Amino acid sequence: MTEGKVSMIEAMVDVFGSAITGSEIQCGDQQVVHVEPSNNLEILTWLKNTEGHDYDLLLDVTAVDYGSVPGVEVVYQLWSITNKKLLRIKCPLPEDSLKIRSVADLWGSANWLEREVFDLFGVQFEGHPDLRRILMPKNYSEGHPLRKDFPLRGRFSREKQTELALKQDYEDYYSPEQLEGFGQRADD
Amino acid sequence: MGIKDRQNEQLPVAGNSELTFLTTKVDFVVNWARRNSLWPMPFGTACCAIEMMASAASNFDLARFGMERMSFSPRQADVLICAGRVPYKLAPVLRRTWDQMMQPKWCISMGACASSGGVFDTYSMVQGIDTIVPVDVYVPGCPPRPEGLIYGLMMIQEKIKSESMADHELLRREDPEGAGKPVADSSEVKALTGVFGNSTQQDKFSSLAQTARPGRFKDVLK
Amino acid sequence: MSVKQTIELPQGNLDSGNMLVNIGPQHPATHGVLRLLCELDGETIVQIDPDIGYLHSSFEKLGEFRTWNQIVPLTDRMDYLAPLMYNCVYVMAVEKLMDLKVTERCKVVRVLCMEMERIFSHLLWLGTTAIDVGAFTPFLYAFQERERIYKLHEAFTGARITTSATRIGGMMADLPEGWTDELRNFVETFPETLDEIDSLLTRNGIHLGRTQDIGTISGSDAVNAGFTGPNLRASGIDYDLRKDRPYYDYETYAFEVPIGKNGDCYDRYLVRMEEMRQSLKILDQALRRLPGGPINVDDPRVSLPSKTDCMNDMESMIHHFKIVTEGVRVPPGDCYFAIEGSKGELGMYVVSDGGEKPVRWRVRPPSFVNLSVLPQLAEGHQVSDLIMINASLDIVLGEIDR
Repeated sequence: MTEGKVSMIEAMVDVFGSAITGSEIQCGDQQVVHVEPSNNLEILTWLKNTEGHDYDLLLDVTAVDYGSVPGVEVVYQLWSITNKKLLRIKCPLPEDSLKIRSVADLWGSANWLEREVFDLFGVQFEGHPDLRRILMPKNYSEGHPLRKDFPLRGRFSREKQTELALKQDYEDYYSPEQLEGFGQRADD
Repeated sequence: MGIKDRQNEQLPVAGNSELTFLTTKVDFVVNWARRNSLWPMPFGTACCAIEMMASAASNFDLARFGMERMSFSPRQADVLICAGRVPYKLAPVLRRTWDQMMQPKWCISMGACASSGGVFDTYSMVQGIDTIVPVDVYVPGCPPRPEGLIYGLMMIQEKIKSESMADHELLRREDPEGAGKPVADSSEVKALTGVFGNSTQQDKFSSLAQTARPGRFKDVLK
Repeated sequence: MSVKQTIELPQGNLDSGNMLVNIGPQHPATHGVLRLLCELDGETIVQIDPDIGYLHSSFEKLGEFRTWNQIVPLTDRMDYLAPLMYNCVYVMAVEKLMDLKVTERCKVVRVLCMEMERIFSHLLWLGTTAIDVGAFTPFLYAFQERERIYKLHEAFTGARITTSATRIGGMMADLPEGWTDELRNFVETFPETLDEIDSLLTRNGIHLGRTQDIGTISGSDAVNAGFTGPNLRASGIDYDLRKDRPYYDYETYAFEVPIGKNGDCYDRYLVRMEEMRQSLKILDQALRRLPGGPINVDDPRVSLPSKTDCMNDMESMIHHFKIVTEGVRVPPGDCYFAIEGSKGELGMYVVSDGGEKPVRWRVRPPSFVNLSVLPQLAEGHQVSDLIMINASLDIVLGEIDR
């Protein structure tokens, strides 16, 4: 078992070299690999398509804001149904460059998951077909809530939040033409 | 009707209005008919909605109060039961639903989240729907038991029993200009939604995350 | 009398464009506050844009401001249809991060809770799905059975829905007297009601017409789209966390995992009905093997010393004080732990930097990813089929919006 995991890391380092910045085992049996964010799409494509790895189910895309260190770390949780293996990929993003390429073309589940990371953390996913807010209202102007510098009760006072909420046009919608225009498709 | 209004409003007093023998009898019949055939409008969002469904099901049975016909169209409903937490995104929908209901109408705020924000004193949650719509009965609980909701409905029935057609103007006056606007003004919203009690202690995130340390993310987890 | 004049039709084209219809957020059939913007060509759906966030209660942000044990009451308000499951998976994730092993009795009690919740959640799904196609009776039968589980919840934890029954290292209290007998009674008499509902729906022509070949998705598309749970198994993929990543000795229980063939709404219905029967089998075995012993682990990191010790011994007093005021401290690290929830793979990703509150508490909600497939499933169907497809996905907005 351990040999299989070690050889996967070795294989990854063979193919990607310095893009793999580290790996460890958390909690006894959870494989974690740290990668350079600029290579995330290539590494994830390799993990999905290579025989022997076959990470065909993208469980989760999320981000962590540590508070004590500036920036945000994007975390991917992958599972291979055929090989029954779990993998966590982490991509640290610096505060001044919260951009990373989208994997929505590889796995359909990444579509909404990345939208949520954009909404709550402000990370731009390049190549995402439809990058817009998902949980917060369409024109939410207080910022990106899950960042550590965002206070629990929001930036505006309650009176202002109530007033803005009731002024919302809840009948507003994205027309089909507008929906086409969000983000660019990877093949554009 | 906000907090300020309630202190100054003229409450109806027998003898001041046009109460006669005939009107009290008519009142009796009209109120009896109204309170025993309320059609609730379930504005259910979260866990309280499940308890509301349970109170409509066989064990607790709202049908014995004449309320089994849950009207999902506000135009045909009498009582708005707001069951569950209401975020700011949903607030205009709630207000519009209330505006679409026709007089006479009452509102029940079911659960702690609808009454005051509940556990969720956060950036996205309305701290009590009484800032948006005028509430008649608050049913506390998280979630309140079906018996609690039924008690709240019975309180609405009691309230209806004590109404009179002579006070129609006072009780049923609604300003068309107020449609879509919050029912409480700025200072009332501030008073109703201010931080209280132990909330200030629960305002701090992990002490270690607050101190800035240069380094990489991996080092934080060592 | 015949009309001899010809009516002049307006020039230009009679073809109207597609219609935009808004369903929700306040709607009886959307199973919560979900807004679906449908572009329709007549009655056929061209495109759907689901709009969520109408129940966003910022659980994850709140979690960063609460100590590890204080998050447990937050977990049951997310999926209010299976609260004990969320309670269990959260503390299981933290216990894995702390490398804390719970007692044998606690493990079996948690398995009992989780399987009971699976039946609880599927019963609500059954009732509301039946109502969406117009069958009112199964709703009443399902809720009558749910009342029995409500009573079990209340006897154990004091609350019907928001149970908050688990703590890090164990449960809030041990099972009360007679609880296991009540549960055994439920396990023995429930199949009768299930058979009755089965006879009403499974071979019902109207139900078959409404659910067969509606919302079909193939196995590989389902995996790519991120489906997990009964939805994925109905499309033929055998992925069940109880078998593939077992926890709490699930590999020692004898049960089968139902797998569907076509991936349509009818298969999802059949998979969930069979899952309820299999859960009854697991409950039966777990009740037989419920061991005695303490329910909470005796680990100084999490357990409070007894009152007698506190009153006699300074160290115990200080230990008790520290655990209560500061909270449990979890060593630095991160952990992703998932269980087979009633709706799919329910995962919790907890990140700790050694403090008394988490740095990040992420819930991997199965319904969020399941709902994102809805536009793909409903394209080309009619509006009434959309309601059925939405119902067959078994979503709960509390966990989607968090």
